[in-house]
Amino acid sequence: MKRTLSCVGVCLLAVLMCSPCAWGKTIKIGFNIPLTGDIPKVGEESKFAAEMLREDINGAGGLEIGGEKYTLEFIYEDNESKAESAVSAALKLIERDQVLAIVGPNSSKQAVPGGQVCDDNRTPMISPWSTNPDTTKDRPWVFRAAFLDPFQGPVAVDFAMKKFNAKKSAVLFALANDYSKGLAEIFKADFEKKNGTGSVVAFESYGDKDQDFSAQLTKIVAAKPDFIFLPNNYNEVALIVKQAHDLGWKGPFMGADAWGNSELMTLCGDDCIGHYFSTHYAAAGATGATQEFIERYQKKYGYEPADVAALTWDATRIVLKGLQGMGKVTGKVRKDRKNLREAIAGIAEVDGITGKMKFDEQGDPIKCAVVVRISEKGEFVFTESVCP
Amino acid sequence: MFDSIIQNIFNGLQWGSFYSLIALGYTLVYGVLTLINFAHGDIFMVGAYIAFFVATFFLKAASGLPGWVVLTLTLPLTMILTACVGVTLERIAYRPLRRKGANRLYVVITALMCGLILENGNLALLGASRKSFPELVDKVIYTTGAVSMTNLKIAVILSAILVFCLLQFIVTRTKIGMAMRAISYDKFAVPLMGIPIDTIIVFTFILGSSMAGLAGLLYSMSYPILDPYMGALIGWKAFIAAVVGGIGDIRGAFFGGFLLGFVEILVVAFFPSTFRDLIAFSILLLILVYKPTGLFGIAKTTKI
Repeated sequence: MKRTLSCVGVCLLAVLMCSPCAWGKTIKIGFNIPLTGDIPKVGEESKFAAEMLREDINGAGGLEIGGEKYTLEFIYEDNESKAESAVSAALKLIERDQVLAIVGPNSSKQAVPGGQVCDDNRTPMISPWSTNPDTTKDRPWVFRAAFLDPFQGPVAVDFAMKKFNAKKSAVLFALANDYSKGLAEIFKADFEKKNGTGSVVAFESYGDKDQDFSAQLTKIVAAKPDFIFLPNNYNEVALIVKQAHDLGWKGPFMGADAWGNSELMTLCGDDCIGHYFSTHYAAAGATGATQEFIERYQKKYGYEPADVAALTWDATRIVLKGLQGMGKVTGKVRKDRKNLREAIAGIAEVDGITGKMKFDEQGDPIKCAVVVRISEKGEFVFTESVCP
Repeated sequence: MFDSIIQNIFNGLQWGSFYSLIALGYTLVYGVLTLINFAHGDIFMVGAYIAFFVATFFLKAASGLPGWVVLTLTLPLTMILTACVGVTLERIAYRPLRRKGANRLYVVITALMCGLILENGNLALLGASRKSFPELVDKVIYTTGAVSMTNLKIAVILSAILVFCLLQFIVTRTKIGMAMRAISYDKFAVPLMGIPIDTIIVFTFILGSSMAGLAGLLYSMSYPILDPYMGALIGWKAFIAAVVGGIGDIRGAFFGGFLLGFVEILVVAFFPSTFRDLIAFSILLLILVYKPTGLFGIAKTTKI
């Protein structure tokens, strides 16, 4: 028994040791994404989009850097949608896998601590989806492909004031989520600046893993706001919207980019129809390269990709552009990482499928946001676009 | 203000019903075996998933069936299948340990492991993606003034009360209930009286698990998003509710569940919601400091 066990152990070890040394010239890029946990669909879409890009490049013989072709190797590490796992996943990618750059984490809850690790370890990181300013703030090694909450919050405020004639609003946010909390605070500050103090009549929070929001919603409904702002992940949105309707709420909701997920409508159903949220791109009625991406993705995986898939595509392409800008790969990981960081920081403008982006000195792109409406068919329909 | 208090009382009643239903399962097993079945919260999760698969099966296999027919088919099937899971767990994990005369501590740790196996087995088998429970009955919202009730909320509260009455009847008025009480009184003398101890224990697990199955069905109808870890936290809290009520006592589990539901909802209603668990559990701690055996518990006598 003991011998069999040790035999299996040795075999496993041998397999583990051999797997990373695929011969030939490869470049390793790590993905720190949530494949399980609260938002598994986000991780899945990220992975699928990255796989599509990898097949494109490797199918064409690899990425050309300084006259030599390199095949790409993508390593997907699950961060379980948890902050602490995002840290260990980032460390694993940096130390065990010796990747040149990391794409992700997606949600700000993981991207803020993950960014710290990458910055400390001098590894370039680009978050596709994180909108919290803290992710890139004073971190020269961290970049992103999404717009920021200080831009998104006012977009939601202006849209709601125009569309619903809103004078009073209510907010329900997740306290343990950097994204949700940050955006809720930015929204509150901007709404009160434009409508006077006290115009946010209810500012309620809930904890991790909560599924009953009836007490908070009772407070919100009793305060009679003109609309409810929900900067929450799609799985929680589905519960909140249903429970608010159970408590007799008939007014509108306004959401943010974490709503934009292909799973929102299967979880939420008819309750979400007719509401609005701000996001990075609108899949319905897209044109050009965006449309081409959506069609390819849909054909390959069977459903329409959400913003996170498109942003991962863009983020990974920024990394690839940086790699090409490096000139040559020395083979020394630390030096290559440094060169890559400088190459990415030197990129002035990228024409991505989520729009044109220019980077400021913090590594944040300056790009447009769109507001979409959830149609009767469950599609996210373009309503308006706001540019900085 | 008055309206919101009434509304919150109803919210608390609904939320407390789930704690009560799960706490009843903890209490039954504890009463008979003095075993804290920590896997019970995850049996509740399994119940919710079974309800999901049974309901979607009927909706697909016989489309056009009205929702209430599907519900009446789903309800007993969910309870039976969840009871099977509970009994299997007893057969595989707890009985061999009991036969070997293992210390209670090891059985409790086995129960914890079983819970983790159920959670992670579900994650491995079904994937991380959430399941959305289909809407079986049309939701009707009754509004009087600013107070809103749904038919589902009323059904949940009524079932919790009904289950409590049923269990109380079984335990205190029937022969099998008498046998359960006898085992909790003296495990070693009972077989000498010709009472089949294993049968009674299996029956206890059937009762407890089918209640968890019922709770799973009602829960997934009220909060229609299922994930593999949904049973963990609510299971822990229901266990605390059972302890506060006096674990081993059916009335204790029932009132303990509602008490916790109320405290949680009312804390959010009057304080910032960040304080929810802090204040709720401080109150429960205070109760235990003054009455360590729980509200209905009596130290060192027969339980159940």
